[in-house]
Amino acid sequence: MRSQRVRIICGYSVLTALLIVLVVLNICAGSADISPSRLWNAVRSPESDRVAYKIITELRLPRTAAAIILGGALAVSGFLLQNFFANPIAGPYILGISSGAKLMVALLMVFSLSRGFAVSSFGMIFAAFIGSMASMALILLISGKVRRMSVLIVCGVMIGYICSSITELVVNLSDDSNIVNLHNWSMGSFSGIGRGDVLTAAAVVFPACICAFLLSKPMNAYQLGESYAASSGVHIRAFRASLIILSSVLSACVTAFAGPVSFVGVAVPHIIKSFFRTAKPIRILPACFLGGAIFCLLCDLITRTLFAPTELSISTVTAVFGAPVVIYMLLGREGRSVNG
Amino acid sequence: MAEIILNTEKLSVGYGKRIILSGIDISAERGKILTLIGPNGAGKSTVLKTICRQLEPLGGAVYIGKNRLDELKVDTLAKSVSVLLTGRVKTEFMRCRDVVEMGRYPYTGKLGILSSDDRKKADEAMAIVGVAGLADCDFDSISDGQRQRVLLAGAICREPEILILDEPTTFLDIRYKLSLMTLLKRLVAEKNVAVIMSLHELELAQRVSDNILCIRENSPDRYGTPEEIFSGGYISRLYGVSESSFCEAYGSSELEKLEGKPEVFVIGGGGSGISVYRKLRRWGIPFTAGIIHENDIEYPVAAALAADVITERAFEPVSEANVRKAIEIMGSCRSVICAISHFGTMNDGCRRLLEEAKKLCILEKGET
Repeated sequence: MRSQRVRIICGYSVLTALLIVLVVLNICAGSADISPSRLWNAVRSPESDRVAYKIITELRLPRTAAAIILGGALAVSGFLLQNFFANPIAGPYILGISSGAKLMVALLMVFSLSRGFAVSSFGMIFAAFIGSMASMALILLISGKVRRMSVLIVCGVMIGYICSSITELVVNLSDDSNIVNLHNWSMGSFSGIGRGDVLTAAAVVFPACICAFLLSKPMNAYQLGESYAASSGVHIRAFRASLIILSSVLSACVTAFAGPVSFVGVAVPHIIKSFFRTAKPIRILPACFLGGAIFCLLCDLITRTLFAPTELSISTVTAVFGAPVVIYMLLGREGRSVNG
Repeated sequence: MAEIILNTEKLSVGYGKRIILSGIDISAERGKILTLIGPNGAGKSTVLKTICRQLEPLGGAVYIGKNRLDELKVDTLAKSVSVLLTGRVKTEFMRCRDVVEMGRYPYTGKLGILSSDDRKKADEAMAIVGVAGLADCDFDSISDGQRQRVLLAGAICREPEILILDEPTTFLDIRYKLSLMTLLKRLVAEKNVAVIMSLHELELAQRVSDNILCIRENSPDRYGTPEEIFSGGYISRLYGVSESSFCEAYGSSELEKLEGKPEVFVIGGGGSGISVYRKLRRWGIPFTAGIIHENDIEYPVAAALAADVITERAFEPVSEANVRKAIEIMGSCRSVICAISHFGTMNDGCRRLLEEAKKLCILEKGET
């Protein structure tokens, strides 16, 4: 009991410290280097260093905030899906839910560009939500038919591929000057997210995460199986529906602003669970959010600085870190199922 | 008359629209154990799942106290009914303590935070079931039997009025089977809980149940006390085995008997022959046993396994006619095994069988 408490306190302290360090690094590092002292001065008196202030508030801060909010949203979305499918390898990207959202957003963007009207960020989120729910419906349909979770995962990956290739096709067919932006977005990136977008994302992500947190009690019972949860007094249908909707909203929101971001949803909750040695949602759901934020901050930092001024796509970096974790988990699962 | 806490009226159960069992009228009383027995696939689990609302009734109704089951709120139901169903639960990063504490689910607040009282009850439940030592182990890394007991601790710490257990002895070794039965008896006596469970072990069902419902071929067949159920060869008919294979007095079962011309004659009595009969059955050798009194402790085993048994009426000395009959059969046997070392007034006739065997030089050495 005590060791668990110590672990949780330690875990949250480490996560908070990492978050602060990475926020400062993300604001300071970039094509125009801003030293921490210059950052401090600029924030204290904006008049003294207008250039730095402008870079910080208009570019770096929104991007950093986006990485935090969307990264956290992805990790929470993944955690919800893992509970839903009772499978630690489930996640919005692996199950093709992000890709479904991506396809819908791309269709909407291309359509709006060709007709010459702009779509609000809420409109984008809505389109992404429709797309992710469509993918989710397909996945649920498949999950009713297959017993082996690995088969479901493979189906999810295939759905992801199909959606991605259609997206590529749509993006390349549209002959607009915005195609470069669209292409960047469809590969996944935190660049070009403005302050307004960040606020919109926050307005969607935070309430959704709070709702998810409020579901920790039934989620915990659900970890012991559906019939156990039912006999404990969980309204199974409503509960399952809320899990699906919340995880879809969260991953849709991420996709609408940053495009598909791979593996965060699987890798982060797993790392957090292993470190905290518990899967109790009430204890680790906030940690998952923090972990996702940290993971995305780190990866975004790398995309911007590794080959500066060229930017990598975010998924390239998250995959480098996330995919090995997933492979490791798959191996661990296989090993365990052989033993018992 | 104990208070009836759960009863069903002409209940039909099944999956989807397919009814597999109908016309169930049972009533569970506080402080009593009701056991469901019957062949595999008869629908015991389906009944249990229906009375705890995991399945919809396909006809009739279930009442808990005065309320219809389908009108009860989920948390009221969760507080009064604890369920332990079969089926492997796979968890991840969950300690046994977490699993047991989940038993307090209906009593905790919106976020499921446990009070110190809840923790105390979880600890007590673990101690009662004997899994306190496992508290900090990962639930996924312990054995099936231990898992079963941890889940039982969770079911108990919910402090239900009704405890529903679907084959709770699965995975348990003999020690924990017995301690589970003792524990159930204690729960019904001390906490006045009504227990409804299904069991495969007939001998346990016979010993712990207050009432037994027998389910056979899609309908409840018989309902009564163990004394009523375990009589008149009913159990053998229920399971479709030959009547002698199941001993109603002990609730034990033997292999089907080997038919054929007896090769060995066993002189038995007083229980000494049991191991010999079982050994011969294992080796596949048909044999005749004699001369066994009808009230002899080993009579059920001999009757179940021997191709032929020469019996004597209870409390009577072995008769001359029986001795002659035995000697005649002995003459056609390859060998004789004498399982008894002591002869008294009542089985003095058997001493003559031994002498006869010695005379015929077919007595097995080392078996006496």
